[in-house]
This record gives sequence, structure tokens and C-alpha cells, in this order.
Amino acid sequence: MNDLDQYIDLFSANRSTVEEHSPAALNALRDHALATLQQLGRLPEKGDEGYEKTSVNDMFAPDYGVNINRMPLPVDVAASFRCGVPNLSTLLGVVVNDRFVPTATLKGNLPEGVTVCSFSEAAEKMPDILQRYYGKVMNTPNAHCALNTLLAQDGVLIHLAEGVRLDKAIQIVDIFKSSFPLMAVRRMLVVAEAGAKVAVLKCDHTQAGSEKCLASEVVEIHVGRNAEVEWYDIEESDASTSRMHNLCVCQQEGSQFTACASTLTNGTTRNEFDVKIEGDHTHTRLSGMAIGSDTQHIDNASNLRHLACHGHSDQLFKYVLDDNATAAFGGSIEVAHGARFVEAFQTNRNILASRGARMHTKPQLLIYNDDVKCSHGATTGQLDAKALFYMQTRGIPAAEARRMLMQAFMVDVVDTIALEPLRDRLRHLVDRRFAGERAGCRECGSDCR
Amino acid sequence: MNQDNDKIRNSAETDEAALINEVTEGDYKYGFVTDIDTEIIPVGLNEDVVRLISKKKGEPEWMLDFRLKAFRYWQTLTPPKWAHLNMPDIDFQAISYYAAPVKKEGPKSLDEVDPELIKTFDKLGIPLQEQKQLTGMAVDAVMDSVSVKTTHKEALAEKGIIFCSISEAVRDYPDLVKKYLGSVVSYKDNFYAALNSAVFSDGSFVYIPKGVRCPMELSTYFRINASGTGQFERTLIVADDDSYVSYLEGCTAPMRDENQLHAAIVEIVVEDRAEVKYSTVQNWYAGDKDGRGGIYNLVTKRGLCRGDYSKLSWTQVETGSAITWKYPSCVLAGRGATGEFYSVAVTRNHQQADTGTKMIHLAPDTRSTIVSKGISAGFSENSYRGLVKITPAADGARNYTQCDSLLLGSNCGAHTFPYVDVMNPTAVVEHEATTSKISEDQIFYCNQRGISTEEAVGLIVNGYAKEVMNKLPMEFAVEAQRLLAITLEGSVG
Repeated sequence: MNDLDQYIDLFSANRSTVEEHSPAALNALRDHALATLQQLGRLPEKGDEGYEKTSVNDMFAPDYGVNINRMPLPVDVAASFRCGVPNLSTLLGVVVNDRFVPTATLKGNLPEGVTVCSFSEAAEKMPDILQRYYGKVMNTPNAHCALNTLLAQDGVLIHLAEGVRLDKAIQIVDIFKSSFPLMAVRRMLVVAEAGAKVAVLKCDHTQAGSEKCLASEVVEIHVGRNAEVEWYDIEESDASTSRMHNLCVCQQEGSQFTACASTLTNGTTRNEFDVKIEGDHTHTRLSGMAIGSDTQHIDNASNLRHLACHGHSDQLFKYVLDDNATAAFGGSIEVAHGARFVEAFQTNRNILASRGARMHTKPQLLIYNDDVKCSHGATTGQLDAKALFYMQTRGIPAAEARRMLMQAFMVDVVDTIALEPLRDRLRHLVDRRFAGERAGCRECGSDCR
Repeated sequence: MNQDNDKIRNSAETDEAALINEVTEGDYKYGFVTDIDTEIIPVGLNEDVVRLISKKKGEPEWMLDFRLKAFRYWQTLTPPKWAHLNMPDIDFQAISYYAAPVKKEGPKSLDEVDPELIKTFDKLGIPLQEQKQLTGMAVDAVMDSVSVKTTHKEALAEKGIIFCSISEAVRDYPDLVKKYLGSVVSYKDNFYAALNSAVFSDGSFVYIPKGVRCPMELSTYFRINASGTGQFERTLIVADDDSYVSYLEGCTAPMRDENQLHAAIVEIVVEDRAEVKYSTVQNWYAGDKDGRGGIYNLVTKRGLCRGDYSKLSWTQVETGSAITWKYPSCVLAGRGATGEFYSVAVTRNHQQADTGTKMIHLAPDTRSTIVSKGISAGFSENSYRGLVKITPAADGARNYTQCDSLLLGSNCGAHTFPYVDVMNPTAVVEHEATTSKISEDQIFYCNQRGISTEEAVGLIVNGYAKEVMNKLPMEFAVEAQRLLAITLEGSVG
């Protein structure tokens, strides 16, 4: 039996409870989501096209609890979690499991035209925005997106009104804290209206001592005309955490979108990037890195669709895999008929550092037009033996030399980050990760993993 | 040829659309039908048909068992749908699975072969005639379901080389056939392989003994002639230790409005230090400019480099077929084995191609090279699909893949689907792909030098495909280059 059924049954049995605790805009899409799921019939499994190495069904198979009654957590979130980036002052919000808790930085400090709030709050303050954008950016029928839409009860809305350019980055920290196996249905909607600019940093953590957990995350980003959105996603969870993440983006004319997803520690992760470029003269940059050890599994799948002319896109994904880590990369660039003068490039580079590590890569091009320049390149290999030897002749111990080379290998992904303090921070995290240490935050006592 | 070109040039000045029509309609030279007595069995496929085919070929019991096993397995399968192809469902009960030119007792010499048949192969430019022995090429010609003539058999026999139709091989060398048939492509491999294993009617068999370097190119020409039939041939090549053979394959079919099915299997076994070079110029009828008719070319080709330091090289020039679905593969099981794949695939009008290769590295120090050049024009869809798999035992394995696509016209598609699976940290795997159109600068430069746009495109395309063309044996390279030029004429206005 496919494990989709248990979630459909759960929903059918508790539909009234689910809807009672949700804004109307979320309830409005449930019938469509249910129909999509019934039509698809199953969650993707290993071996399905596009899911060769990751079974979404297996991720959803365990018997997780879902907090459909919206039981509140008795913790002083603002005091317990202070995830910070040194030298980077952010507007911070925390999502504990699937519940959004704004910190003091978000209360009363927001400039005019910027909204960061939960969906339930947005349903009262700006229902038309939620109605207009929620569930509208999802591009293709996708079983996970539909399942998330079926069960989502709340989420985080980030909205920037026309022409508002926010200097400070918005940081959303997702934390798992549960004493029983839990699935968190997380949802986020980022809307940058015409001419707006925003940088969002999202960090995923799992608090020590938590039970096995699954994050079902769908993020929709609407990048309006001439708007700029930067999206940074850092995952530092633990082996008990599975994460199924869909990033759905829609870009309008003249807009710019940058995304960088870093998986440092995790259990099983699948990140899907689905970017639809609807307007002319856009810039898109997707990058990702994954550092895997033990039995970590990381799968990044990007699908970039150029539907308009004069689009420029760059993709860069890098992996370093050690121990028995397994990983996959699937990247597809589609240039639709009539989308002329598109330039789209994609690079995937991987290092296998041990005999047990496995890498599966599938870069794809689907081109329906002749006035384009597209390329992809993928390599899988190991550290340059000559460089290692050279460094050893200069008195650098082998282990240190290996670490330095691996750090250097990741630098060009880190360099795609525009925020300098975040770039430094990530470089630091990567260095620590290669040194076999978890970064931890000095000022925070919550012992996240 | 020259006349055609002149005609084209004149009309180019007047009307671009007319030009494209003229060229696309007139260029398939092999679209004739030979009026020859043909024995065709009724359409449909069941166990009785499989038994009938086996009986007609006078096969031993074990061969019939092989066919029946394959047939029963085939009945449990459904056609694969994963390829990037828009293929209508094929009615497998509407095809006749056996069609043979009627012959009296088997011809002893060429004089006894039906003159219509000789004419057919003459038209195709295939050296069946004894006087063409000087061309230094041994030919096996397969018309519809049977092999009609194999040349140079005696000269090859002196060296111990066996080159004959597979039906003869089943009769004369049952041990060899039994040992190798289905050892590389099992009947359980895929839908079309199972179908072929059940109903295959003929094909070529080659055995090169230890230490023998085959003194001439071996060649098979496949011709579909009868209507309402499919062609299911099977080729088996075995190169024993330290041997070498270069094998060529060519295919043509008449122009018809119906789609005809060609589902072949090629199996190659390469032993220690042996080398096999397999070249294909595929020019099945591709359908007319509106996509009516044409051959569905659904082929399973695979070589097993079983021996240490063995080498298998696939070179293909794909210009024909309405639909092409083929992935010539190398299983690199011997230490230091080498696999190569060089391909030029040209699609135009409404042709569709989903083609590429698989390189499976099972042993240490194995190497593979993939160079694939796709050219799409008109409303065609051209996909490269390839797998490079490095297993945990393949220490020091090396792969280099390059696939380029050239787009001529804004209504065609060029796609790349490479799968790269690496399970060994000492392996180095590289993949590169690019897609672009012919640069306007290059065309402008040629125009400046007095070269017409049409010629300039031909020049640039030939340069683009040169890397692959260079790998073809000379006789084939000339033909392939001409074919490429003819195929693309009129594709760019």
C-alpha cells in the first residue's frame, strides 16, 4: 500500500478539525489538493523518473503525529532560541514545529509596507493578499505540494508592498522540538510586489532529544515586476530528521531571484526547486551545496522553466560525500517554444571521499527553441592528488590539506551569497563542518542539532 | 545530386517555403518498392505464429523453446513509456511477423538469385555482385525477414571467420549460438527485446577466432520491402581473444504512409584484448514532411566487453526513422576494458529520436568515451539519453561524456537526459552538454566569402559532426557525409 492513503484517511476523518483551525484561504484549496492526490494515486517512490534515489513515500511512511488540533507549546520561544549571524542584524521569526512565533524584532519594528506574520494573522489583516497568492505559485501537479496543501493549517507570510526595499534580512528559524514522532506541515509565502527587494534567511534545526521527525515544507515565492528576492536556506538538523522541501518560484518581468540551499547536517533531505520565469529580462541564480557523512542522504532537484525571452539563469550545485553518505542531483532547464535569447547554464560538481559514498547525477536540458545558449556540466571525482601532495611537501598534514581543499571546493557556492556577514558565517559553518564539529551558537543555550 | 542542388538554389531565390517542400519531399532516394514475390504470413502474434516462424526456418527444438519462453514473457509486459517520444500505441496484432522473398531452392551462386533482388541491392549501392569483390567488403543482405545473400564467405572461412545469416548459424554452429545467444541481451531485458527474441527471423552471425584480424569490413544491409510487416533481425558478434573486426550496418525502407516496426537486437561479446568496431548508418524511411509514415526503429544494442583490455566502439549516424529509440551500450566487465560511443543524430520534419548510450563500468581501470552530436530541424524532437554507471568494483574508472545539440529552426526541440551514477571514489566522471544554434557570425563570415547560406550551413554542420564522422570507416564516412548534406538541405532558409 502506498503511504499516501494514511494521510488522505487522516484528512478525511478530521477534515472539520483541520478546517476549524485554518484561515479560509487555506481551506479553499483543499478540495483541489485532494483531487490532485487522488488522481496521482501515490507518493513518488525510488525508481520513478525524477526520484531515482529518493523515495518520498518512504519518508512519509512512518507513523508520525500531526498537530491538527494546534496544541500550543508551553515555551518562551523568544528567550530560548536566539539563532544569530554575527554582524548581521536580522528581523527574526521562529517556527517551532509548525507554529510561527514572532520575536521582539518583528513587533513594531517593521518598516512601512513590510509584513511578516502568520497566515492566521494575515487572514485578518490582509485577506486579499493571502487569497491572491496562496497556492498560486505551485507550477506542476506535485504529490508533495498537494499533500502539504491538503494538511497545512498555518504558515508564514512575508509581504513587501510595491517599491519597498528592505535593507535588513528576514530570518526564519525552523525548529523541531517534540517528544514523540512528529510531522510538521510548514508553509511559507513570500510576496515581493513590483520593485520590492528582500533577503530571507531560513535555518532548519532539530533540538537535541527530539524524536524522529519529518518536515513537509512548501515555500512559494512570488517575485513581482523588477523585484529582487534573495533566498538562503541552511539545514543543520540531525539524523532523525527527514525533510521534504519544495521551493516554488514565479518570476515576473525584469525581476531577479537568487537561492542558495546548504545542507550541512541532516537525515534524509529532498529539496525541489521549481522556478517558472514568466517575464522577460530576468536573472535567476540557483545554488546549493551538500556536505554528507555517516548515512546522510541529500537530493536536490531543480526545474527551471524559461517561458519568456531574454532570461539569464545560472545554477551551481556542489557535493562532498564521505562515509556512507548518498546523494542525488537532478537539474533540468526547460526553454519553452518562443522563449528566445535565453541563456541558461548549469554546473554540478561532486567529490566522493570514501568507498561507501554514492552520487547520482542527472542534469537535463529540454530546449524547444533555437535562439538560446544553454549548457550543463557535471563531474564526479576526488580531490586532486597532486595538490594534496604539494601541500604535504609544504608541511601541511594530510588531513589538514584534505580539509583545506574541500573548503576551497565549496567556496564558489558560498560566494554566490550577496550578504557579506552571512557569507562569512556560512564559510565558518562549512569549515567547522569539515572539521567534524557542529557549529552551535554561542549565545543560545538550546543545544540544537 | 548536382541537378537537385541547382534546382534547390533556383527556388530558394523565389520562395523559401517551396524550397523546403521540394527538398524534404524529394530527397529519400531509397523509397522505391521492389516488385518481388514475397511470402507473407497472416498478421497477428500468438504461439502458433512463433512455432510457424521456427518451423519455416527449420530450427531445432532448443531454439523453439527459447522463442516460446521469450514470447510468454513478452505477454506479461507493457510497452515502455519513459522515453521523450510521442509514439502512438502499436497494434502488435496488426503486423505480419514473417515476410520472405520467395526463392526456389537456395541459390548456389549469384546467377540464381532473383534478378529483381540484385537490382534492389544495386540501387542501394550495395556490393552484392561478385565483380565488386574488389571493394574489399563482405556483405550480408537482409530483405524483410531473411538473409538473401552473404558474400566473401569462402575468403573469410580460410581464416576461420564465420560470417553467415543467423539461421545458418543455428543450423551449422549450434554450440556457438547456444552459448552466446541471449547472453548479452536476455529476452527479459525489455519489451522489444522480448518481442524480438520470440519472433526474430534473421540477421547476421559473426565469429572471429582467437588471434585473427578480420581482413575486410563485414557489412549487413537491412531492407524492409513488404508492406504490413515488421523487421525483427538479430545480430550476434563474437570476437575471441586478440581478434579484431570492423562491422558496418546500413538500413533503408520504401516510402509508405503506414508506420512499420523495426525491433532488432544486436549482441556483441568481446573477449580478452579483442576489439570490435560497430558502425551504423541508419537511413530508414523517416516519413513525409507532415510526419506520415516512416519506420519505428526500436532497437536494443549491447556489447559485453568480457575480456581484459577488450574494446568496443559504437559509431552511429542516425538520419532516418520516424521514431528512433536506441541506446547502444557497453558493459565493461574486463579489467581495462574500453567502451566508446560516437553518434550523430539528425532529425527534421516530424522525426523523433531518443537515443544515447549506457556505459556500465564493472571492472577496475575501465574507460569510456561518449561523444554525441544532435542536430534538430523542422518540427522534430531530438533527445540524448545516456547512463554512466561506475560500480563499487570499478577502481580508477574514467568516463568522459560530451553531448552537443544544434538547433536549426525555432520549432524543433533538443533535449539531454544524462544519468550519472558513481559508486566509487577513485573514479573520474565528466559530463558536458551544450545547446545552441549555428552562430550568425559564422554564417555571415561564409557569406562574405561568397558561400551561400545553404552551403555555409552544410559546411558548419559537417564540421560540427566531424569528430564522429572521423570514426567511421572510410567507405561509410563518404556515404554518411553525403547523407548529412542531403538530409539538412532546405532545413535552414
